[in-house]
Amino acid sequence: MPAAISPTMERPSAQPTAPALAVSAAGTAASAAARTIIDIDHVDFFYGPSQALHDVSLKLDEKKVTAFIGPSGCGKSTLLRCLNRMNDLIDGTRVAKGSIKIRGVDIHGPQVDVIELRKRVGMVFQKSNPFPKSIYDNITYGLRLQGVKDKSRLDAVVEKSLRGAALWDEVKDRLHTSGLGLSGGQQQRLCIARAIAVEPDIILMDEPCSALDPISTSKVEELIHELKKQFTIVIVTHNMQQAARCSDQTAFFYLGRLVEFADTRTIFMNPANPQTEAYVSGRFG
Amino acid sequence: MDAPPENHFRSRPGAIRAWENVLHWLFRGATYLVLLCGGLVFGQIVWRGAQTVFTTRAPFVNVAFFTEAPESLHVFEYQGQKQELGDRAFNAFKVAHPDAKDVKDESYVYSAGGIFPCIVGTVLLVAGSMAIALFLGVSSAIYLNEYAHDSALVRFIRLAILNLAGVPSIVFGLFGFGMFVIFFGWNVSLIAGWFTLAFMVLPVVITASEESLKAVPKGFREGSLALGATKWQTIRQNVLPYALPGILTSSILGIARVAGETAPIMFTAAYVVRDKLPWEGLTKASDFFFQGVMALPYHIYVVSSKIPQNEYTARVQYGTAFVFLLLVALIASASIVLRSRLRNRYKW
Repeated sequence: MPAAISPTMERPSAQPTAPALAVSAAGTAASAAARTIIDIDHVDFFYGPSQALHDVSLKLDEKKVTAFIGPSGCGKSTLLRCLNRMNDLIDGTRVAKGSIKIRGVDIHGPQVDVIELRKRVGMVFQKSNPFPKSIYDNITYGLRLQGVKDKSRLDAVVEKSLRGAALWDEVKDRLHTSGLGLSGGQQQRLCIARAIAVEPDIILMDEPCSALDPISTSKVEELIHELKKQFTIVIVTHNMQQAARCSDQTAFFYLGRLVEFADTRTIFMNPANPQTEAYVSGRFG
Repeated sequence: MDAPPENHFRSRPGAIRAWENVLHWLFRGATYLVLLCGGLVFGQIVWRGAQTVFTTRAPFVNVAFFTEAPESLHVFEYQGQKQELGDRAFNAFKVAHPDAKDVKDESYVYSAGGIFPCIVGTVLLVAGSMAIALFLGVSSAIYLNEYAHDSALVRFIRLAILNLAGVPSIVFGLFGFGMFVIFFGWNVSLIAGWFTLAFMVLPVVITASEESLKAVPKGFREGSLALGATKWQTIRQNVLPYALPGILTSSILGIARVAGETAPIMFTAAYVVRDKLPWEGLTKASDFFFQGVMALPYHIYVVSSKIPQNEYTARVQYGTAFVFLLLVALIASASIVLRSRLRNRYKW
């Protein structure tokens, strides 16, 4: 069965500079070696009585793009929404077993304030959801909630975030018009800009391109390439080409279980598991 | 020459077609009957009320009717001429004409003067109960829709709200009398009327507010929470502003309807007659809340059923009803204007 595969440890390294990934926090900061930032450890997750995740273990690296792929209902979005505890909003959900650690801290622990967690772990949603406010107010929303009032600082953040989201040139002359006046692709990039404005550690993207046309999609994908210099990105996608194009590592889920986790190249070119191969080659899912 | 093609689509009369026509006219007739009823009600009140409210001489509006308190009407004959004068005018007349001292007059209560205290009372009742009902209603709608998890208690609360909506207004009146007037010792007072009316309109406000909150897309909340906003920050910044037009419109309409109820205020807030206006003769500020007021619906009730009926009281009845309709229409249109203003400001 798929769960029998232990996905995290014996991963062949694609980067010539990276040594075999012993997961140790010490002494690697200066080196090029990736550090684990998210440590998902044997997680079982339930929606009421029905189990959505079965014993999922994963270690995600800092400043890498990790793609979660798999057919609908496989649990990839559920896992993503565990990472900033968005599932807390749904009644009757719980992590029944295991733990999720971000930078070594169990995010379900008693010392963790979910508000602070979400400031560090931003999210971009499947359906772009700009607020019905001006572009400027959308970007500054998070900072203003934190009490930032300094106009010059807000202005600077707006420009930086919009540049970061490759949207500045398109909207710089209409910052005070409604964010809803933008095209679908622009709206999604606005949401990305809004997420990076609060300078999170990690950005979660839940099928960010599923409602976008190919040109907008490619813009968002280019953006993801840029963003990973600064942020750790986890992206859920139904689009296998997208996972292949823009992720460093890929996790394949099926029926609530992690089937295989490896470098994206390996998953697509040389998967260890026949189910993974069947899925990435389009024979099911 | 080809023969014209045979028409396969010719109409075939029969029972089904006949039934279709009958039903069509039945539905149409029922609809027009509603229009007729509405037209009759409004037509009668507007037609007869307008005779009291408007005059044929400039300024064409019966100013006294809007600005004065009710008085008794004195009808008498003096030097062969029939006179109709209110209390004060009648006294002045007697002073001016000493020989009229012993004139034989018939007096009719409340048939002269105006209904200013009733207008004031109703406006005060509406404003106060609206404030209380909006505060309590919106708060509980926010709790039910945004904070509460689905549980047996919450389901029970919803059931209670539904039941509250079905309670007859006279029962609310009795409740207000027992609770506020007697138990709290507030006597017949504005504040007792406010709470009674507010409780009565609460189900409408809660239901309307919940619907409006539900209509705000989930993405607004998730997007806000994902940026590290607290629940209240999210509600305040990203939910309430967009729900507000709906909340206000439905609530104000509900309150306008409840303001027309006589039963809830007849034991709790309304006086048959009161000399002073609510802001007159107060020894301390809190007295304002603990005084009874006159009110339009109760005044209509009094002049139509508690005093002898004649042509003179009919004028006041219809005049008052007309003004009352105007006032309710005014509140309703204010809510519509408010909604369109807010909609333009908070569009998505």
